[in-house]
Amino acid sequence: MTEAQTSDRSWLIRLWPLVPIVAALIVTSALLMLFDASPAVAYRAMWDGAFGGQDKFLSVLAFWVPLLLASAGLVVTFTAGLWNIGIEGQIILGAIGASWVALNVTGPAWVLIPLEIGAAMLGGALWAALSAVLKTRGKVNEIFSGLALNNLAIILTNYLISGPWQPPEGGSFRGTTPFQSAALLPRLFESRFSPLSLILAFAAVIAVYYVLRGTTWGLKLKALGKNPYSAYLLGVSSERETILAMMFCGALAGLGGAVRVLSWFDSLRQSISGGIGFLALLVVMLAAYRILWVPIIALFFSIVLNGSITLQLKTQLHSALGGILTGLMVLFVLLFGSAKQLGIGGKPGTAAGVPDVMPDELPAGEIPPELMASSYPEVDVEAIHE
Amino acid sequence: MQVELRDIRKYFGRVKANDGISLVLKPGKIYALVGENGAGKSTLMKILSGYQPPTSGEILLDGQPVRFHSPADALAKGVGMLYQDPLDMPPFRVIDNYLLGRSNSVRLNYKEARNELEGLSKRYGFEIDVHATIDSLSMGERQQLELVRLLAGGAQVLILDEPTTGISAEQKEILFESMRKMTREEGKTVILVSHKLEEVQELCVYAYVLRRGQLVGEQELPCLNEQLVEMMFGQVPKRSQRPPFAVREPVLELQDVNIETYQITVPDINLSVRAGEIFGLAGLEGSGQRLVMQACSGLVAPAKGRVRLGGQDVTGWSYHRLQKFGMAYVPAGRLEEGLVAGLTLTEHLVLARPDKKFFVDWKENRQEMAERITTYQIVGRPESTADQLSGGNQQRLLFSLLNTPLKLLLLEHPTRGLDVRSSDYIWQLLYKRRDHGTAILFISADLDEIIEHCDRIAVFSGGVMSRILDARETTAEELGHFIGGQV
Ligand SMILES: Nc1ncnc2c1ncn2[C@@H]1O[C@H](COP(=O)(O)OP(=O)(O)OP(=O)(O)O)[C@@H](O)[C@H]1O
Ligand SMILES: [Mg+2]
Repeated sequence: MTEAQTSDRSWLIRLWPLVPIVAALIVTSALLMLFDASPAVAYRAMWDGAFGGQDKFLSVLAFWVPLLLASAGLVVTFTAGLWNIGIEGQIILGAIGASWVALNVTGPAWVLIPLEIGAAMLGGALWAALSAVLKTRGKVNEIFSGLALNNLAIILTNYLISGPWQPPEGGSFRGTTPFQSAALLPRLFESRFSPLSLILAFAAVIAVYYVLRGTTWGLKLKALGKNPYSAYLLGVSSERETILAMMFCGALAGLGGAVRVLSWFDSLRQSISGGIGFLALLVVMLAAYRILWVPIIALFFSIVLNGSITLQLKTQLHSALGGILTGLMVLFVLLFGSAKQLGIGGKPGTAAGVPDVMPDELPAGEIPPELMASSYPEVDVEAIHE
Repeated sequence: MQVELRDIRKYFGRVKANDGISLVLKPGKIYALVGENGAGKSTLMKILSGYQPPTSGEILLDGQPVRFHSPADALAKGVGMLYQDPLDMPPFRVIDNYLLGRSNSVRLNYKEARNELEGLSKRYGFEIDVHATIDSLSMGERQQLELVRLLAGGAQVLILDEPTTGISAEQKEILFESMRKMTREEGKTVILVSHKLEEVQELCVYAYVLRRGQLVGEQELPCLNEQLVEMMFGQVPKRSQRPPFAVREPVLELQDVNIETYQITVPDINLSVRAGEIFGLAGLEGSGQRLVMQACSGLVAPAKGRVRLGGQDVTGWSYHRLQKFGMAYVPAGRLEEGLVAGLTLTEHLVLARPDKKFFVDWKENRQEMAERITTYQIVGRPESTADQLSGGNQQRLLFSLLNTPLKLLLLEHPTRGLDVRSSDYIWQLLYKRRDHGTAILFISADLDEIIEHCDRIAVFSGGVMSRILDARETTAEELGHFIGGQV
């Protein structure tokens, strides 16, 4: 491929994450027409659900923040070649940590809120460290330990709600008593949205950007994700970096959990995370592991999911439509793979003008299947599947 | 099958890896493709085998223009290639791997596949245990397996890209014999890419010489080595002399070291390597020499015995601790152990340097890498990724990443894949290190290289180490006897 061709196509690589989104919109429209529903009406209703009023839009923002935090954390673990499925549990532990402070400490907001945030980040980080240590010491794949710890976190929440933290009027199985108002994050116009949480989330995104781009640690994670054994020989301690990467992600996820209890809700609830962790996995995959795409995709997810809540009220369509749409997007990402797989552009960094500072490869292999048998050794994928 | 390449060009950005190459290959002959590191040999062969498309140019098979979409497509049309880098395969059994590459039907026919595999192996003198797992195979055996897969797939044209680096002398003989059989008896076309001119002279009938992406000469073989070398480099590089060595204090001491793995036991190694000494370990692959080296690097823990480095007892130290203490290890595999595909040269440097800061000073590191690129004559830029370098240049990159000063340098096949001029150059750099007091321990499959560069040599056979030989007073024949287990 000549240089001219490469630079002509570099815009396509940059805009790549939009392709699955557009494809998913088209297929969903086709589905709607199949059921004699008008896509225009459905999307209109969705749009209204997200933007038809201040409260609705603030709700989109409030949902966006924890999703953004969890996704930013996952970019770090994916870079290190880790499938941090346990993110859901880490969010929950963050929520529990924040709730513990909110229920047990009294004081002014400027004392309580930093304490809550600290406890949440610690809770998430430790829960993640458990998964990491099980991997490095016990050789347990982080996917399995993550799934187990997710369940454990849910059980722990249920126990707390129905046991030690149950409201005085009796356990309702739904949640704890609402926290003292000093413990809650300051919210905008009676909504669930806290501007402070958005600032924290942006800080997290920027931190992840600089960690991966400018620090030795970020480079170590990148090397670890691409080839653990070579990285080891080059002097990267896989155990240390694995644990740190997981804890970094866990801390951000925990912060997300704090935002859930302290601004979306006002107490610890039964399904406190609401699947945000899994959603974040999808966001990061759709963003092709590039941090700068994460805020946009996460916002888009938040719009679609919040919008489809009103969908059911306005049309006869089920609110699951939002789920279908996001699910389809991820399916398309997995189908199309990375831009490179389609032969757009060359190797990372060779395409003119595309900076190779971000981990821009999908762990889904870039090797055409015919090659697998003779396996030309360019796989940096194995590490992730192991 | 007759192969014709017409004006093949392959550009990677500004790099013209192939710049208008035309050549003809006739059936029944073994051809050589030679040229310095980065000349474009692998690139041209990957185009011919369908691994990558050319920027422009035409491929003709028996006069018919063809276009390959993938290596599998090329194989279906009769062209198969054994790649330069060691093949990386999942830990399947041999038979499963073979089936995976072979059958297109859903149902796996084990019996048929086994017969086919065994039949072909026998015809070419290979010995492949179909039930072994891939990771227990030596490099030579993997190569045989891959060859059989290509032959079964109907390859009429076979390309072997540096097939003799890292396999034993015996396996090499078997390989050469099979290549002769393929051409003489079966009329196949075989292309050998190699830096070892002796092999080229012994085996091939005609050589094409590449330099900087262009065909700069062709030559009937055998001929004088100098003729080929002159075409490759434009002049005959002069071999430099090896500086004398002064005996100094011991740096590495192994005392009654025992290493046990489930495959082999290496009993009672006693060894002392002095500062500035170059010590060679010879032997067939898997005879224990690699384990000894890994025990010195902290990658394998000895079951018994003590390891001392610079007077300090380092038994049981981890690899990273030894690394900080002044040990460096250059493994044989390039992209699978040592380098990270997808990371740039500068990024490798940042990881390899001992004094790491929290924030990376990209500018300073880029400059440092640019300097090392000049010193080590790497064809590449600081922002190239390791996988974009040619095989020989990857090897140079590994050397450029070594830190100074070093107490102990452990090398596996240090000049694997290097052309004559660069391997000479690498040895010059190694001699400089020994002058600074680094002890060098190295493994090589090339007995001549061991004799030429070492001060002392130990030979391994079935895990047992021979007595220690003075390199000035031994011959390749004598080493050969020890390798065979005769004392
Ligand atoms: N994917 C790639 N991207 C950019 N440059 C490349 C790529 N592949 C090869 N090159 C460049 O093309 C040139 C030729 O490389 P090639 O691998 O063909 O050399 P070679 O003759 O096989 O050398 P060696 O003997 O060292 O294996 C080199 O300068 C190399 O850096
Ligand atoms: Mg090559």
